[in-house]
Amino acid sequence: MNYVDSKLKVVGTRPVRPDGVEKVTGRAQFGADMRVAGMIWGKVLRSPHAHARILSIDTSKAEKLPGVKAVVTSKDFPHIANEEAFVGEGPMNFRDLSRNCLAWDKALYEGHAVAAVAATSQSICDEALRLIDVKYEVLPHVIDVEDAMQPDAPVLHDDLFTSGVKPAPDKPSNIAKKLTFQKGDIEAGFKQADVVVEGYYTTKPVHQGYIEPHACVCSYNADGQVNIWSSSQGHFMVRAYCAKLLGIDISNIRATALEIGGGFGGKTLVYLEPVAIALSKKAGRPVKMQMTREEVFRASGPTSGSTISVKFGAKKDGTIVAAQQVLKYQAGAFPGSPIGPGCMCGFAMYDIPNIDVVGYDVVSNRPKVAAYRAPGAPMSSFAVESALDDLARKLGKDPIELREQNGAHDGTKTHYGPTHQNIGFLATLKAAKQHPHYKSALKPGQGRGVACGFWFNIGGESSAGCHIAEDGTVVATSGNPDIGGSRASIGMMVAEVLGVPAEKVRTIIPDTSSIGFSFLTGGSRVTFATGMAATQAAERTVEELKKRAAMIWEISPEAVEWKDGKAYPAGSNAGAFEPLDLAALAMKAGRTGGPIGAEVSINAQGAGPGFGCHICDVEVDHETGGVKILRYTAVQDVGRAIHPSYVEGQVQGGAAQGIGWALNEEYIYDANGKMDNAGFLDYRCPVASDLPMIEAVLVEVPNPRHPFGARGVGEVPIVPPMAAVGNAIRDATGLRLTDLPMSPPHVRAALDAAAPKMAAE
Amino acid sequence: MSKHHVTATINGEQVEFLCETQQTLLDSLRDDIGLTGSKEGCASGDCGACSVIMDGKLVCSCLVLACEADGKTITTIEGIAQGDHLHPIQQKFLEHAALQCGFCTPGLIVASKALLDENPNPTEEEARYYLAGNLCRCTGYDKVIRAVMDAASVVRGEKAA
Repeated sequence: MNYVDSKLKVVGTRPVRPDGVEKVTGRAQFGADMRVAGMIWGKVLRSPHAHARILSIDTSKAEKLPGVKAVVTSKDFPHIANEEAFVGEGPMNFRDLSRNCLAWDKALYEGHAVAAVAATSQSICDEALRLIDVKYEVLPHVIDVEDAMQPDAPVLHDDLFTSGVKPAPDKPSNIAKKLTFQKGDIEAGFKQADVVVEGYYTTKPVHQGYIEPHACVCSYNADGQVNIWSSSQGHFMVRAYCAKLLGIDISNIRATALEIGGGFGGKTLVYLEPVAIALSKKAGRPVKMQMTREEVFRASGPTSGSTISVKFGAKKDGTIVAAQQVLKYQAGAFPGSPIGPGCMCGFAMYDIPNIDVVGYDVVSNRPKVAAYRAPGAPMSSFAVESALDDLARKLGKDPIELREQNGAHDGTKTHYGPTHQNIGFLATLKAAKQHPHYKSALKPGQGRGVACGFWFNIGGESSAGCHIAEDGTVVATSGNPDIGGSRASIGMMVAEVLGVPAEKVRTIIPDTSSIGFSFLTGGSRVTFATGMAATQAAERTVEELKKRAAMIWEISPEAVEWKDGKAYPAGSNAGAFEPLDLAALAMKAGRTGGPIGAEVSINAQGAGPGFGCHICDVEVDHETGGVKILRYTAVQDVGRAIHPSYVEGQVQGGAAQGIGWALNEEYIYDANGKMDNAGFLDYRCPVASDLPMIEAVLVEVPNPRHPFGARGVGEVPIVPPMAAVGNAIRDATGLRLTDLPMSPPHVRAALDAAAPKMAAE
Repeated sequence: MSKHHVTATINGEQVEFLCETQQTLLDSLRDDIGLTGSKEGCASGDCGACSVIMDGKLVCSCLVLACEADGKTITTIEGIAQGDHLHPIQQKFLEHAALQCGFCTPGLIVASKALLDENPNPTEEEARYYLAGNLCRCTGYDKVIRAVMDAASVVRGEKAA
């Protein structure tokens, strides 16, 4: 059923989330809070070198240390084949993931895991790690993407040959893949152009920065059955990766999702769990592992740094006739940057007849990148939306109007294939243009920038349930770890269908052996896809409830109507009966056919893409180079906000991460390829005093493929901020900054470099 | 190596525990006393997820040695609510949806409690600077600050909880 045009009582309201109280009282159990009987501790030994051959690992001294129960290296993992994995988010390969969990013959970045120990205390673990003797042959390393693409660059993998080029190369290189996307005729397009703008942009790797470090407890039993308790963006993902990496039957692994303290894409793969299982198997004890913050920075995925050139051609009237982009993305130590989405997202928002995009996936001696909120899109859009701002200035056009003139609409065919349907980009632009913020006056020295963002959003395999307890109360189940309020949104959809208040539904996340398979929590898919499964489960439950009422009343189920949580006879012909509520029906369930409820597993299709438009005001301190965000408004088409507060929260949080990416965050390396700023003091995430209130404006263009019209919302908001901030700085100072982060030293240097030129003008 | 014997008042109760010299208060709270509401996000005093109030002062428990807690009075997140009666800050965090993943939430609530104990009438700017030591990566702080300002009006008695 579709409820888009129905009068809704629960969807669109703001109830307290079902897991709220335990989270504000400190009782919620996150990854590192788990303890089980007999548990010991595990820790990882990491490479101090950016690139080194591992000649030998001598663990004998560590093994003899009292309290040490197990030591493992990659020799304790099966030697698995090169095989693409479709388990997590973004490209992965089982063999590479295995090598990322414990290095095989080479350490490929500083922080790469080479061995692990389990012992009765954390301090014994630390001592044991010092006793492991690893002989390395240090190799030349390469950090930055353009350097890694040079013919004489140190090569990370002898068996990596660039795919997507003809003829196939006969020499290995760091370029894993070349991608091309074409639409129309790019040369003919530029020939029609009256105005051309070009730019070359660079971005640094940035970390997802979840406050909770990775943590797990794993227990391998003597019969080969495994229990995993960990915080992740998908306990089914954890189960699948561990099974594959260790050669265990999936049915022998039971993974329980603990609360997850942020992920943003960074917890869509495994680092510790396979190692902890291997240690547990050897030690015969459950093993608990948790990363330090430093390990999180050095060894878990940031997203790619990149270099991007972009070129637009337009007619004098503002019609864009040609757009070209070359993107080079760092993948880290193994192939698999988000170059694909990077190539697709930048121009996805515009109706342009001639497009040419080339992308490169490039390995270098950095941690393997992981998904980060709209993976690949933010860098691409930083370049595209900055160049569009230049184009608007050159044409003397309002930047929002230029985007409206060229904006994608229903029927626009994208350069990567699909044709947009039921999209809300123009509605989003209109809402931004009409917002009081956009019309407000700026003071001298202040600047305003506008930029847009796009994300596909996904559906996928999802399981959810709806169960009526013996007393008529409701338990909803979801196969997806709740990372930011999906228990609330799923429970609300179930409540809406059942006709009960949101507070009457308890939503829980069962373990992998207690609910059907669900793809991970990522791609902004849970409220859309798992919500769709939950809605269907509730609908089946209502059908069953109607049947039971019909049985009690001895009438046909078609003669029963379900309304406001009760069964009513549908009209006077059905007979005169007192309505039966959930409690009454549940009480008689044993006599009418048994427990009432349903679990639904689907492969949800029809995720609606999301579009956002952000407006940012800044002031630049010419002395320090510091940029102050004065006002920030984020407008986004969310389809239908199930719980508007958590939708706003996604938009605000994504914008804040984007502002951090724009102004401060970066991985800094020394000459030896070692990260210089692996801590929250030097890796500067935005703090409360850095930001103003972030106004989230929700535009609701319903997605007709979802029962309530929902679209994914979590990823779009991180896409526009870098260009919105950069365009505001351009407006305030006249300077086009093309390199992220636009941190005080960089801004000050740009101001200093421009000063003589500006004085001369 | 012999352990130190520590006696402290934690959330109104006298607690005794043993600790190693180099052990932090956070480790003792989490691993020995079983109070896992205080979180470790960095172990270097940068994220505030382990915030507790010690003798009336807001501290990062990862920067306090466990033996320093001897004789001290400590409030952790587990001691903010009175039984099942939530503190106005907790209530307002729920009403304003000021948490997403909830991992930084205990530290933010403890720090907000310390703020309102010191200054029940903060400006938005004062609240933002006071809470600048508590990283939140999910919310962008908007709803957090609104919750704290709203809770302040309840604490001042201007508004019913």
